[in-house]
Formats: sequence, C-alpha cells, structure tokens
Amino acid sequence: MARMIGAEMFFETLIEEGIDVVFGLPGGYVLKVYDVLPKFEGKIKHVLTRHEQGATHMADGYARASGKPGVVLCTSGPAATNTVTGIATAQMDSSPIVVFTGQVPLPYLGSDAFQEADHIGITRPCTKHNYLVRKAIDLPKTMKEAFYIASSGRPSPVLVDMPKDVILEEDELVIPDKISLRGYKPPTKGDPKQIQKAVDMILKSKRPIIFGGGGIIHAEASPELKEFAHKLEIPVTSTLMGLGAYPSNDPLFVHMLGMHGSYAANMAVHNSDLVISIGARFDDRATGGNFDEFSPDAEIIHIDIDPSTIDKNIIVHCPILGHAKLVLQQLLDALPEKIEKDRKEWRAQIEEWDKKHPMSYNQTGDKILTTYAIDTLSNITNDDAIIVSDVGQHQMWVAQFYKFNHPRTHITSGGLGTMGFGFPAAMGAKFACPDRQVVCVSGDGSFQMNMQELATAVEHKMDLTIMLLNNGHHGMVRQWQTMFFDGNYSASRFGVLPDFVMLAESFGAKGLRVDRPEDLESTLKEGLSTKGVVLIEVMVDCEELVYPMIAPGGAMNDMIMATTPDVA
Amino acid sequence: MRHTISLFVDNESGVLSRVAGLFSARGFNIESLNVAETLDPDTSRITLVTTGDDFIIEQVIKRFNNMVNVIWVDDLTDETRVEREMILIRVEAKESTRAEILRMADIFRAKVVDVGSESYTLELTGDKEKVNAFIDLLEPMGIKEIARTGTVAMKRDAKNSNAEEGDK
Repeated sequence: MARMIGAEMFFETLIEEGIDVVFGLPGGYVLKVYDVLPKFEGKIKHVLTRHEQGATHMADGYARASGKPGVVLCTSGPAATNTVTGIATAQMDSSPIVVFTGQVPLPYLGSDAFQEADHIGITRPCTKHNYLVRKAIDLPKTMKEAFYIASSGRPSPVLVDMPKDVILEEDELVIPDKISLRGYKPPTKGDPKQIQKAVDMILKSKRPIIFGGGGIIHAEASPELKEFAHKLEIPVTSTLMGLGAYPSNDPLFVHMLGMHGSYAANMAVHNSDLVISIGARFDDRATGGNFDEFSPDAEIIHIDIDPSTIDKNIIVHCPILGHAKLVLQQLLDALPEKIEKDRKEWRAQIEEWDKKHPMSYNQTGDKILTTYAIDTLSNITNDDAIIVSDVGQHQMWVAQFYKFNHPRTHITSGGLGTMGFGFPAAMGAKFACPDRQVVCVSGDGSFQMNMQELATAVEHKMDLTIMLLNNGHHGMVRQWQTMFFDGNYSASRFGVLPDFVMLAESFGAKGLRVDRPEDLESTLKEGLSTKGVVLIEVMVDCEELVYPMIAPGGAMNDMIMATTPDVA
Repeated sequence: MRHTISLFVDNESGVLSRVAGLFSARGFNIESLNVAETLDPDTSRITLVTTGDDFIIEQVIKRFNNMVNVIWVDDLTDETRVEREMILIRVEAKESTRAEILRMADIFRAKVVDVGSESYTLELTGDKEKVNAFIDLLEPMGIKEIARTGTVAMKRDAKNSNAEEGDK
C-alpha cells in the first residue's frame, strides 16, 4: 500500500471511481489539493469555473447528460455556500452530484475562523447525505460511500467536507472494494404481489394512461417503457422532467401534462380510469395542485424508488416500490400471452381533445414569437441534440414545442426552478457528450444569473450554442402579473440590459442577433454551424403568454386556454 | 394525534440534527426526545414523541427510513407498548408539608433522592399520565424545579405480555 497525503488520496479515489472531470475553483483550505492536481494530468480534467454555483450546475448538467455522478471541488465558507443553490437544484431533480469542500483544520472547527461556515449544517436539508472527514485514512472510504449514495436508489447530491489537516495528513491509501451501509438499502425489484395486483388493474382498465417522470430517465428504463406501452396500447404522457423518456414522435405519446401541459394530456389524465405513474412524484406543477380533484375516476398505480413519494400528494391504490427498469421488466414478464384490449374509443377521445386544442402558435406580426423560435430550433437541430433550458416562459415553451425523442436530451431545472441553471448545465452536458450538439435555451433574465461562465466555455474551446430569447422582462413574472395581478408590472421589466452580442464578443465568443421572423431560421442555422461558443440573441415579443395553463391550485380539467389573437 | 416513534440510528455526530431537522422543516414541534446508546455502542436508540397530522407524520417516518444513518424506525403509536418517563422534582418542604410530601411519594412509589433544609428532591418513574398527576398533586406544596427524561418506549413481547393497569 502506498503512503500519500489526503490530497493525493482524493484524486486516486476519484480515478478509481471512474471520474475524469472535476468542476471547481481553488481557495484557502483546498490549496494543497490543487497543488497535487498537476500530478494527475491526463487522468483528471479540471474545469476552472468563474463561480462555485456555476461549478455545481455544470456537475449537475454533466450528471444528467451522462448518468454518471458530477463532481465539484471548492474551498470553504463562501465557496461552499455558493454551491448550495446548485445542490438544492440537483436534489429536487434527483441528479447525482458529489460536492467536495475544503474546511478549516479540525481544531479550528466552530471558532469562526476565516472563511469558516458549517457546511454540514447548511447542506443537511438539501443533500441525501453529507460527511465531515476526520482522518485522511477515512477519506477514500468516505468518497466511495458518497459516490454510491449519490448514484444509487433515488439519485441525489452528497457533500464531503475535507478539513485542511485531513488534506495534509499522510497515511496509507486504503480504497475499499465494497461499500456496506447498514442504514441504506435502496429498493430494487418490486414486490411480486404488488406486480400481480398492478397487472390485474391494468388488464381490466378501459382508459389507462402512463404518467411518466424523470425516474424513467434515471433508471434508463425507456426501452422497457416503450415495450410496455406498445404491448398494452396505453397512451403515454410525461411530466416536465420525464420529457425524452418516451419518443414524442411515437403515436401513443400525448405530450406533457401539468400546469402548462397539453389540453389532451391533462384531459386524458383527468378522465382516465387508471393512472400508471412511473418515476414521478405528483407535484403541484404536474397535477395542477388540486390533489383532491386529481383524476377522480381513476385507480392509481405508483411505481417509484423513493418510499417517501408514495401517498405524499396523491393517495394511491397500488404502490410499487422499486427501480423503474426492473419493475417494468417484472410487469412485462407478468403479462399474459394474449392481451385483450380495446383502446379505440379511448384513443379517439384523446385524439379529439388534441384536435380541439392542439399545441400551436400563429407567427404573423413582425415580432418573433418565442414559440416560433423554439419550434424552428426543434426543426433544425440534430435528433440527438441536447437541449438545456433555463427557467421561465421559454422553459415551458421548450417543453411544449421542442420534440424530444431520446432520454437525457432535455435538461432543465424542474423542481427548484433555478434561474441561471441553463448555461452552466449546458456546459456540463457538453463536457459529458463532446460529440453531440448542445444548445442552451435561455432568457435575458436567466442568462444574466450565470453569464460569467462564458469565460470558462471559451477557455475550453467548447462548441456550444446559446439561444438567448430576449423579451426585456422576467417573462413568467410578467405573465403572472398579466393574468393574476391586473397587469401591475411591478419590477418585472429590465431598465438596462447588456448588449448581449457585445458581451459575448468581449469574452471571445461569437455573438449574433436576430429580430425579424424571416431571418430567424437562417440566423439559427448560422449559429449552429459556427464553431466555438456562439450566443444568438433572439429579440422576442414580451406579450406572448404560455398557454394552456392550469391556475395554481386548479384541477387538471380546468385549463385557461389562449385568448390573445397571436396564439391559437 | 400523539405519536411515539422509536429509531435506531448510527451513534455519531450530526444524526440527531438530521432527525430533528425533518420536524423543524415542517414546522412541527417535538414534545420529547430521548437518545442513548444501545447494547451495541455503534447504535443509539431515539424515542421521539410528537403530536401532529397523521399524514405528515407518516411522511416524516418514510423520510427517516431514507436516511443513511437511520437503521430502523418504528411508529409505536398503534402498538401495545410500555412507555416510561423519569422525572426529578424538587419541592419545597416546610414543616407543615413534609409529611404530606413523603406520603404522596409513598403512594406514587417515588424515591427521595436528595434532602435539603428547605426541599426534597424526588425521583419518579411512570407513564406520562402518572408523572403529570404527581406534578399536579405536588403543585400546591411549591415545586421549585423539575427535570424530565422524556418518554422511552418499547413494544411489548406479544407472546408473553403482562400489561400493568394504565399501560398502553
């Protein structure tokens, strides 16, 4: 066994875990870790971000695009507190990231030393677990546990706090082969009795619908889902986080449900007699928030890996605790040879709803509609392009109008709704999938929250497109002010905005701007075919509203449809 | 509804904060909390009593199960169980009340653990009702100070149960 200091053990263990990219920023108590970093050149790539929040979102984007845990390294105090938004974002969307923070030496803990903060206390509620390492010899084992916890069961962030004296301490490198945690046994297969009960419910159902969520993507269960849906001819709708898990060009796909979901999807869920939820948690944005009136005639099957999601918002009739991929395989195995089903009427009904209020827009005026811009983007990007959206109106329009056909192609901050997530997350996705087309779709509001990472992207010579939809406002805030606050546009308009094209150019990126509908497609194509970091500023109409909409706390059959002439 | 929850947890720093944090995050108060080592020094047993919406408490218990440091959780509320609490109570002992205090202690099977020139300190073990009744009866004599352990609880042995009167 080799003797080394904690800092070297850190990298040795990362390499052992198959980690090759670390997003971070050096500082006081992790300087020794950075001091030994050059020794690991070629094995570990370090991405120097301009802000620790950017590093966390990058690690998150990396994890979501690849399925592998994303790693953050930073120092203590303000660096660690800067990661909190990113950690909470990853937790809400079940993304596996592991954050390593430096800490004051053990004897100084709790003394209000320079750059000291209680990282463990601060991140306790937003991590799945966190650790304070007390001896160098424990560091590799702790790191292995951290990676195991982060990426197994319901994926989530884990934080490891490394005091300076642990980083400097010399000891034997002991990396355990296996991890065993007596208090942590994530579910795998579903209970066979529940599987049989579910099959019986499915076989007698007339109007079933699959309510798919992000859990399908984490479980890599898309092939099983497709087989399951086709075998039983069950229409599939998706939450925001589930988009991409089921191909949007499949005839059984009914599009996204929820607050800004399609009329057909919400009506189908509301009128179904069996909701089969897989890897979704029935949150208020997916169900409208009126839990009492949720799908009144339906029995509900809820497949999830996290027992705490069961019966949390909606009381279900058949919970199945397990890994989505394994449970779907079990369900497929339990189906009879011959399945009697008659979905004609049900599918015709859904089709009718879809025809009544399809997702559409009407680009007529001389201002670009964001819907049109996103639809155009969807038509000209590669089938396997990764689209990373930010938060707000554009995020909903990406979900409504971009056609996602593959898992891990749609990345967004769904649960926490973190503005500023999109751009660094897109960079993380590009680091994970360097050969794929990656587009960050952002707004003027969101982009300003983490635009400093343009420097990082240019430094790494990334081929990355940013489509910045500029409506001069916090668009979604403005929409709520229009709809629910009598048009009192308090603090939603930006008095000053940077010249985004010049801003991009100042970082060494390419900037393009388009403000006429007829120039949109050619400008987007030019941007997408240009090497390097390209920011395309699309000047869009701030009056456009996201429809349909379930008012907060509403039921799924109670949707506000478009009334403005611009939007059909 | 009042819930008595028993948890077996890793005996290490921070675990109690994790457990308590689930309550504070929901604006719930913990009525009493007792933590001590089990026969295995790596494991602690927590007995936690709280009152609140059953639905939310069920959610909290599921979250306990998710915690890496929680080995096992049991909601004892609907179980046949033994619940006990110990209390130390210091009561004013005047010439006129000394005999009465000792008589009461005798009835409740409390022990005198400290005698001062102006006070007695009594030790009593019992369920919550018994402890509260004892406090109520001593109140008129002048209670100077009390210290309670909070409830500890254990499921009864189903096969050979021999419930005392007043047990749950």
